[in-house]
Amino acid sequence: MSGEKDLEQLKKEAAAKAKEAALAKMNAKQQGEAKEESPAEDMDLAKQKAAAAAKAKAAALAKQKAQEQGEGKEESPEENPDLAKQKAAAAAKAKAAAAAKAKQAGGAGDDEKAKAIAAAKAKAAAAAKAKAAAQAKQAGSAGGDDEKAKAIAAAKAKAAAAAKAKLAASGGAGGDDEKAKAIAAAKAKAAAAAAAKAKAAGTKAEAEPQEEKAPSVNQPYLDKYIKVIEENLGSDVLEDSYINNLSKEVPTLVAKADSYYKLAEFLKYNEQLGFEYLSELHGTDFETHMEVYVHLYSYKNRQSVALKVKIDRDEPVIDSLQPLWAGANWPECEAYDLLGIKFKGHPNLHRIMLGDDWVGHPLRKDYEPYDVEV
Amino acid sequence: MVEELLYSQAGLLNFGIFFLLATVLLLVVLGFVTYAILAERKVMGFMQLRQGPNQVGGRWGLLQTVADVLKLLLKEDAIPKLADRPLFILAPVIAFAPAFMVLATIPFTDKLQFADIGVGLLYYIAISGLTTVGIVTGAWASNNKYALLGGMRAAAQMISYEIPLVMSVLGIVLLTGSLNLNEIVEVQKNGWFIIWQPVAFIVFLIASTAELNRVPFDLPEAESELVAGFHVEYSGFRWAFFMLAEYVYFFAMASLTTVLFLGGWLPLPFLDFIPGAVWFALKFTVVIFILIWFRSTFPRLRADQLMEFGWKVLLPVALANIFLTAILKELLNIF
Amino acid sequence: MLRTEEMLLNVGPQHPSTHGVFRLVLKIDGEIIKEAKPVIGYLHRGTEKLAENLQYTQIIPYTDRMDYLAAMTNNYILVHAVETMMDIKIPDRAEYLRIITMELGRIASHLVWWGTYLLDIGATSPFLYAFREREMIINMLNEISGGRLTFNYMRVGGVKWDAPEGWIEKVKEFIPYMREQLEGYHQLVTGNEIFMNRVKGVGKYTKDDALNYSLSGANLRCTGEKWDLRKDEPYSIYDRFDFDVAVQEGGDAWSRYHVRMKEIEESLKILEQAARQFPSEGDILAKVPKIIKAPKGEAFVRIESPRGEIGCYIASDGKKEPYRLKFRRPSFYNLQILPKLLEGENIANLIAILGAIDIVLGEVDG
Repeated sequence: MSGEKDLEQLKKEAAAKAKEAALAKMNAKQQGEAKEESPAEDMDLAKQKAAAAAKAKAAALAKQKAQEQGEGKEESPEENPDLAKQKAAAAAKAKAAAAAKAKQAGGAGDDEKAKAIAAAKAKAAAAAKAKAAAQAKQAGSAGGDDEKAKAIAAAKAKAAAAAKAKLAASGGAGGDDEKAKAIAAAKAKAAAAAAAKAKAAGTKAEAEPQEEKAPSVNQPYLDKYIKVIEENLGSDVLEDSYINNLSKEVPTLVAKADSYYKLAEFLKYNEQLGFEYLSELHGTDFETHMEVYVHLYSYKNRQSVALKVKIDRDEPVIDSLQPLWAGANWPECEAYDLLGIKFKGHPNLHRIMLGDDWVGHPLRKDYEPYDVEV
Repeated sequence: MVEELLYSQAGLLNFGIFFLLATVLLLVVLGFVTYAILAERKVMGFMQLRQGPNQVGGRWGLLQTVADVLKLLLKEDAIPKLADRPLFILAPVIAFAPAFMVLATIPFTDKLQFADIGVGLLYYIAISGLTTVGIVTGAWASNNKYALLGGMRAAAQMISYEIPLVMSVLGIVLLTGSLNLNEIVEVQKNGWFIIWQPVAFIVFLIASTAELNRVPFDLPEAESELVAGFHVEYSGFRWAFFMLAEYVYFFAMASLTTVLFLGGWLPLPFLDFIPGAVWFALKFTVVIFILIWFRSTFPRLRADQLMEFGWKVLLPVALANIFLTAILKELLNIF
Repeated sequence: MLRTEEMLLNVGPQHPSTHGVFRLVLKIDGEIIKEAKPVIGYLHRGTEKLAENLQYTQIIPYTDRMDYLAAMTNNYILVHAVETMMDIKIPDRAEYLRIITMELGRIASHLVWWGTYLLDIGATSPFLYAFREREMIINMLNEISGGRLTFNYMRVGGVKWDAPEGWIEKVKEFIPYMREQLEGYHQLVTGNEIFMNRVKGVGKYTKDDALNYSLSGANLRCTGEKWDLRKDEPYSIYDRFDFDVAVQEGGDAWSRYHVRMKEIEESLKILEQAARQFPSEGDILAKVPKIIKAPKGEAFVRIESPRGEIGCYIASDGKKEPYRLKFRRPSFYNLQILPKLLEGENIANLIAILGAIDIVLGEVDG
């Protein structure tokens, strides 16, 4: 029982320290924000700060996890000491890292460099923690030894699977290719880490944004798409392009309305891109403009891309994709029916859901029901 | 008894007797239909893991069909506005009358038979073909596209399967040397025709199922395709007439199968203390059961496959059977 | 001179084999279809419009009513989209409960398909056999969620109810039983000559057509494209299980039949592993805010439903209601190829082709 008490104490300590650290970080963030407000600062500084803020968030998350882990322990008192030790170790690490960070962050408010160092360290620690926590949790939730073993195995398998999945996601066709890519990815990560270190050492702050994007495995694809598109169609077909982090990091291209069809055609027939499958097409009324969202997938390369186009809201007309993908037929009718977007070149654009005599397009934000009483 | 009546002078009294007998037979047949439907539902229920009727008339649902028939009789007589009214009304009658007429020649036992016609088998097949006229009439008169498709399918199917049906029994006719059903049964004292003519039996069973428009040949009323096929516009007692015709044919065809292939009322060896009527009923029940079994087992054929099967498989097999029978018979005669 | 006339035949919206309120206007010559025009929208309930005024949790019951034969996957696609946006880590136990209920739902959905398809073809008994097994699944799902068809079971961050005492054991017992029944199904139907004649080579299309028409699920896998989002873009914890993707090469109704039958087997494999690995305790709901607000931005996620690729697009302006919610409904996309498949076929094949696509009208009309 004494072991358990120790554990609890440890946990409490961990929690307390975590809180402390969070506070410190908050302070740091506020400081950062306050500085951001000052108009005189230069670009590099702003970037650095933003990065620091993001990192702080990540650290907070990690800490939260650590806390949860602690709670989990409290709930399962019968678990064996080894596990507890493991957890304790993880917690201790978290503490240490947090403490270090807190100290540095708290102490060196004016020193950007020091902050950056702390953040970088915190990140590394958070990653380690997260892994440890995941494992510990996996093992902790099981009852008997046997099951534990299984759980651990499962966790390992998962990790392996995840790695594989990543490989698969990043890899295009051949196994060699995949390996090469994986290596490349690893290298990229290493490079990013190195950059972080370099930055922390105070050499250059420009490495920061690169590090920001490094986690997205899809960035190389986006770059590739843009490169291929620009090589063949010129640089003025795209309005914007980015990785949509909210949507499983899908590369997103925003086409200009007049080159939308040309771009779609290119996406389908270009050999390097080959998006032969239209997974989804729909429109949205954003009040300032209408938008058509198309999700494409390439079964050949096992990659997806989101193609968007902004169109005028008062006169929403856009080229139809039906000649390219027969599957765009009904979705376009639906978009016409519910949003009033007219698709040029569609062979049979009609109201597919509502009656032919329906007045208005219900999904438009300015839609007024024809018969208000109903 | 009936024999005497048949040869006696036509008169009011004889007409009355005939009328009475026919009514009795009709009631018997109606009773059979009532319980055949119940039996079908019960057997299918058993095969499909459900109860079947079990509320009306005790736990066996003995009065379920009676209640159903009463409901049908009380239903509003709906005739579509654009239907061909006289034909629409006439069609169920045309469909039902032959079904009842064919029963006259079936020998249930050596004594119980209404008309011992010399060409009984031919009579049966000729008359039963008339029902299709009723079905096509009803389908046409309904002025409904599903009904029309169902009616056309019925006509095509009838023509295609009548032929193998007749061809398959020709082997029996060859062996018997008669078209009289009584004589056919008598010949089977040396062994049922299911043993002497197994190929003919299989062809006959398949063709008769098709003639009855039962699964897997229920195309004219294919529910999942044509909704209800030829009788889609019928309801109430007119619809009941179509159903009645179907089940009377069910009764007649099972009887005919028993007579032709299973030895009619003849008993199995050493069991001749059991009366012939019981034997007939037993064999008849087996045939009925097999047909119900078909219904709960098979998917439905497609129209073109049905035609192909009828013309390209059943007919050649039936023809080959006739040749084989003829050759065998001649060879046996020589020795 | 014999003359034939083309005739218009209106199949549906009330018809025994259109699986709901689906209407087809056929131009037929005899029984040969010259042209088919599908008409949909009879079951359009404006889910997407309604959702714009509802909080995320309130939308979940609406998803139940889209694909009412596999409501669990529909529940999941919505919460998965929100979770992806909010970056929520789901507790293990909740993940396992989700997987188990979804796979049970998949089996139930395929069973209904199997039964009704055979009913379309004209065999009545398989329908009742399939419903016997489906009833067991529905009872299990009823026990855990309180609903037989519309479960309303998943929540953003986890699931609503924990598994009752002994529930996992029931699932475990069900697996060998279902395997045995599946064997029986194959004996009853798969080898049947009439059935083979009805489905082999019927409604055939190539892989290119399938991709061009945006088909997904069994309709795509029957052409030889080995693609299953559970395997290729693993979501939830599908990467922890060992299972195969059912693929056939034929591209006809016969292949689709086999893909679906195989999928039942694979789902049973997943169920078996999930039930074995099921954590004995743990949270069923992650720590999520009281009022769920997806961050500003947009997301499109897709998962594998029994009918194919179901997707959910959310555009959020940071409020507690979605700014725009859109479901990629697989039945809607899968049905598009129908007019092409029907040309030149006869009416009996119409039923076999339409049935093999496996649509649910609630999902087609949204």
